[in-house]
Amino acid sequence: MNVVIKPRLPIAVRAIVGAALAVVFLYVIPFVIPNYLVSQFATVLVFAIAIVGINLVTGFGGAITLGHAAFVALGSYTTAILVVRYGWNPYATIPVSAALSWVAGWCLGFPALRLQGLYLALGTLVLSITVPPVLKRFEGFTGGVQGLNVGNPEAPAFLPIDDSQWIYFVSLAVAAVLYVIARRILSGPLRRALVAARDNQLVGAVMGVDRATLTTATFAMSSLYAGVAGSLYAMIVGFVSPDTFNVMMSLSLFVGAVVGGITSLNGAIVGAMFIQFVPVWASDIDVSLGGLVFGCALILTLVAIPAGIGGLSERLFIRARLGWVEGASAKRSVVAPVGSAQNEPA
Amino acid sequence: MTLFASQIVDGLADGAIYASLALALVFSYRSTGIVNFAQGEMAMLSAYLVWQLMAWGLPLIPAVLVSIVVSFIAGTLLYASIVKPLSHASLLTVVSVLIGLYLALNSLAGFIWTYTIKPLPSLFPKAHLQFGSFSVSAETAGIIVVVGLVLLLLYLLFETTKVGLAMRGAASTPDSAVLVGVSVPVMLLIGWGIAAALGALSGILVAPRVFLNPTMMFGVIIYAFAAATLGGFDSIVGAVVGGLLVGVVENLVGTYVPWIGPDLKIIVALVLIFGTLLIKPDGLFGRKKVVRL
Repeated sequence: MNVVIKPRLPIAVRAIVGAALAVVFLYVIPFVIPNYLVSQFATVLVFAIAIVGINLVTGFGGAITLGHAAFVALGSYTTAILVVRYGWNPYATIPVSAALSWVAGWCLGFPALRLQGLYLALGTLVLSITVPPVLKRFEGFTGGVQGLNVGNPEAPAFLPIDDSQWIYFVSLAVAAVLYVIARRILSGPLRRALVAARDNQLVGAVMGVDRATLTTATFAMSSLYAGVAGSLYAMIVGFVSPDTFNVMMSLSLFVGAVVGGITSLNGAIVGAMFIQFVPVWASDIDVSLGGLVFGCALILTLVAIPAGIGGLSERLFIRARLGWVEGASAKRSVVAPVGSAQNEPA
Repeated sequence: MTLFASQIVDGLADGAIYASLALALVFSYRSTGIVNFAQGEMAMLSAYLVWQLMAWGLPLIPAVLVSIVVSFIAGTLLYASIVKPLSHASLLTVVSVLIGLYLALNSLAGFIWTYTIKPLPSLFPKAHLQFGSFSVSAETAGIIVVVGLVLLLLYLLFETTKVGLAMRGAASTPDSAVLVGVSVPVMLLIGWGIAAALGALSGILVAPRVFLNPTMMFGVIIYAFAAATLGGFDSIVGAVVGGLLVGVVENLVGTYVPWIGPDLKIIVALVLIFGTLLIKPDGLFGRKKVVRL
């Protein structure tokens, strides 16, 4: 029987990588780069949170959703409505968004149980298309086409940073917590249960995996991530309007998840940067270039590196690590490293 | 009562357009088990092609015919170049590639023809047909007649010709079809070609009503999805009945349910899709999938 090795890089390498990341996220992004980019990077973090949610439900849960913007919208509007109509403190709305989107995700999890594969993709796509008209319809509550003015939260007076740096740090803190939670969820028995249920339902069931509970719970968790992302998004932009949460946002998040690596949590940040910056750069050249690049990137990623950018780099690390320590024989004994299982037929 | 009757007729005309696009979805689904998310965008490109040919000086009818033929060829090329290599890929890969295709085609139209709307002349005169107190526009009647004729042609193709029989065989039991000498890949190729041609027809019928623009099929493909789901993704009859039903229901709900009104009609599609999938996942006319273990 093969032994599954949990490949880890040497402590020294991990420490260097960790320190480098800390410098980039805590110093370079908030303090070195031009100020207008800081809030764009805050948006990157928000997209990354939503993409981690897609990683959970699509990468590990095996349920393809093309409608994550619906939950982002739910989170955003929860924050906006509580702040604008009821005078809440914006930070206090985050748990409410989390709870509401968790419940909404749980509810969607039930149809998701019955809808297999393509049908679920179709259903969630249509769900996402329905969101802007519904938001416009209930004008008295949502502000209709005009949207709602949430305002940007101000940095506390005792800190020597400006508002965009402050909201960046808030997003970073939330993203870090959610990332660690996702890591915990995906290490250990729960990950194996998820992968078993995804790759072969029958075998999973025989092993005692309760697919119904697992699927609804994954859906709920993933929409919680999207909802929290939505709350932060409302604070960063300072404004919510129905057409922000159109189907293009859903599809962008999906593109980000695939390009970053559908089963790679680390890839989420790469995917988020891709969907934040590529359209901006592309539209400088031509309005339609962004969509063209998205479409081609999606197809090329799947043809060239199915594990995505994050999955590929993780695998290279594993390969390097195995090369150093275990020798050639160990390479064969790695059973399904992170991000490889999606290539196997379902 | 006249309002009611005219809503029904308008609904049938909308429904005929949905039915032709839903049929396109059904054709690609039957032959390869893939829901072509990019079908609407392909139809949009076909409509643009008509506009381009007319800008180059071709009259309307020949331009439409050329566009439909080109769409057929494009459909077969799409199958051969992108869909066929995916036949053993995972679902995620298939969905991603089709979404990628959707995004790319949509932007391609914007890239070539810009995002400003363009008028496309209607195939039908601007006249009204009078039946007693009840009048119907020539366009509405024309759409119903054209789609009806196309359906008749398809029926004849499938029921009376050898190619039709071979296509049915290739779709239902590919393994046995091969044994009796049917070239399954060629039949699937033709299936995707017909799908693209039907999509082109729907695009050409829609464009004069909403003006040509890269997002014009957006409101149509959703109802076509609903129609195909309602009728059953593998049923040709289902797509037609589903399309007409969706068209009529959408119009009646938009007119008679003030709470929904014309802005929120899209919710009809959402409810129909989720409702069908939850209550009768195979649709009204679809065959139940049976898996042998």
